[in-house]
Amino acid sequence: MASTPVVIRTRGLEKRYQRDDSTQEKVAVRSLDLDIRQGEVFGLLGPNGAGKTTTILMLLGLTEPTSGTAQVLGFDPLRDPLQVKRHVGYLPDNVGFYGAMTGRENLRYTARLNGIRDDESEATITDLMARVGLPDAGEQPVETYSRGMRQRLGLADVLVKDPAVIILDEPTTSIDPVGVVEVLELVRGLARDQGVSVLLSSHLLHQVQQVCDRIAIFVAGDVVAMGTVEEIAASQQRGMQVTLDIGADGDVTAVGEVIRAVPGVASAVIDPQDRRLWTVSVLPESRSAVLSALLVAGHTPWLVRDRGMELDEIYQRYFAATPAAVQEPAA
Amino acid sequence: MTDIARVATQTSDAPMLTLPATRSIPAGWRVIGSREFTEHILSVRFIVLLLVLGLAGVLAIYAVAGSFRDAASAIAAEATKSLTGRPVSVFPLLFTQSPTIPGISGQSFPSFAGLVALLGPVLGIAFGFDAISSERSEGTLPRLVSQPIHRDDVINGKFVAGLAVITMILAAVIVLLSGVGIIRLGIVPDAEVVFRLVTWFLVAAIYVAFWLALATLASVVFRRAATAALVVIAFWLILTFFGNQIVSVAAGYLRPVPSGATATETLANVRMVADLGRLSPITLFTEMTQAMLNPMVQSLDPFFTDPTRRAFATALPYSQSLLLIWPQVLLLLAGTVICFAAAYVSFMRQEIRA
Repeated sequence: MASTPVVIRTRGLEKRYQRDDSTQEKVAVRSLDLDIRQGEVFGLLGPNGAGKTTTILMLLGLTEPTSGTAQVLGFDPLRDPLQVKRHVGYLPDNVGFYGAMTGRENLRYTARLNGIRDDESEATITDLMARVGLPDAGEQPVETYSRGMRQRLGLADVLVKDPAVIILDEPTTSIDPVGVVEVLELVRGLARDQGVSVLLSSHLLHQVQQVCDRIAIFVAGDVVAMGTVEEIAASQQRGMQVTLDIGADGDVTAVGEVIRAVPGVASAVIDPQDRRLWTVSVLPESRSAVLSALLVAGHTPWLVRDRGMELDEIYQRYFAATPAAVQEPAA
Repeated sequence: MTDIARVATQTSDAPMLTLPATRSIPAGWRVIGSREFTEHILSVRFIVLLLVLGLAGVLAIYAVAGSFRDAASAIAAEATKSLTGRPVSVFPLLFTQSPTIPGISGQSFPSFAGLVALLGPVLGIAFGFDAISSERSEGTLPRLVSQPIHRDDVINGKFVAGLAVITMILAAVIVLLSGVGIIRLGIVPDAEVVFRLVTWFLVAAIYVAFWLALATLASVVFRRAATAALVVIAFWLILTFFGNQIVSVAAGYLRPVPSGATATETLANVRMVADLGRLSPITLFTEMTQAMLNPMVQSLDPFFTDPTRRAFATALPYSQSLLLIWPQVLLLLAGTVICFAAAYVSFMRQEIRA
């Protein structure tokens, strides 16, 4: 819906670093156009060093963009950082707290920094501690907390100021699997029930896929794909191979020869897990040609499995090109 | 939500949700400063330093008061030379006289002023060496600067808190020792002595503030608190124990005194030693202590060239003593400002991400 108001808007936002040792410039974020709408959960997906955190810091006015503009809730983060930071809750990667202070004291400090008086923040803090699953830990010093508890406290800390936008940088890295589900549920709930917009950065695809309405995939400072999971998958299928698992009657080697002869087949290898199967990379429009060729040759297929283009594969496809990439499966 | 997710175009002309500006954003350095202050007061280092300075001070004062009769008569004898015949209070001597402790011959215990010159840097370093680096290592800095504060609120608040704790310790100890002195000696300081003591307290505060600023600078530059502490402590030790030697060598190089040197050459060397020495905050503080706590000190010139003035030694009034230390006050203040400015600038230029 085009009428849903936008809470974060960037146009041509770019950050380049001058390297100390040379005249070369490193591009951390290249010409980013981003619209994040009210009540939306938006995922920044990409490996470490892809420019996600730099983007977030520019939105908060903590780093100056080299060029381009950003608008957050009607404020320019460069000129009005205090207003932006008053309304945007930011949970940094590896969030830290003052160990000697209790969980509640840490939250109270954040409230004070936001101009919320202690008597006003007390009830909010009690409520938040319960919501993030730490109802009884409030009076303990934070140095006794586990990593996961700190992460939950971080979430409460973000919510103390009653933000309109929350930005979470790798919010689930140190939480146990059960906690991850709870945290993601909480994030979803905030967006659904209170119209809070959430910008979530992660390198964990499945979490992003699970909770985000839209996704931007970052690779080395570039956004290579943006949209819903379905949109990204659809846009990526054109001109790219899909993967089929094929099993057919007759000699396995002979089946392979038939498959390889079909135009549009890029590669065919025997599945290392099941040596009766061929793993075939093929253009989507040539799928039927492969099957009819097998039938004509007398090798009736008894198994055809279309792996399709999952976001997983898209993701890995992008990151195979980068040094920090996950290895593409043998194809 | 699903409706939103299906929008095909990724950028739009949708209006921006614009929030009204919040007016109730507090001055961040105050909130940060008050938290830091509370943490300092409850910290082990605060208690240890207060005890060390307090106990050493009481010991020094107690011992001085015991052997005070000799010192008092000495100063009284000098005071009689005074042309104006102004009586000179012996009270400030409590703070400057090195006590002779019976049974320990030859060993001199430092006076209280000497203790402050020695331990003041420790005080400053203790409350500054991890000011910024601890926020970094604990991971609290990104969270802190993403609150509605300016970045300089962090360093300003921390410096103010450190300064407040330090002046509190100094004030408490000086008042305590004055009390001990009054009881032990039975002398009540007059207004001028109070002025001198207050001025000396302020000077001591600037002296400690210099070390605080230096330690804060180190905490910005070095990522590890231990490195910062070691570097500043090394600087302090070198100045304390080798400062004079370094100055002599440097002065000997710049204004050499060959064998059979003329009086002018020797004089130039002595002056160079004094000038170079004033690059050290420790020397500056020692000179200011002399002039402020002993009214008989008429000049801080190492080579008192005018013999007529020596013959008519007079206790200086407070205003003249103040005039005497003014250049030193400004120098020390300038050093403090330079150190803090350097810490400020490098902190503002640093990336938030470690």
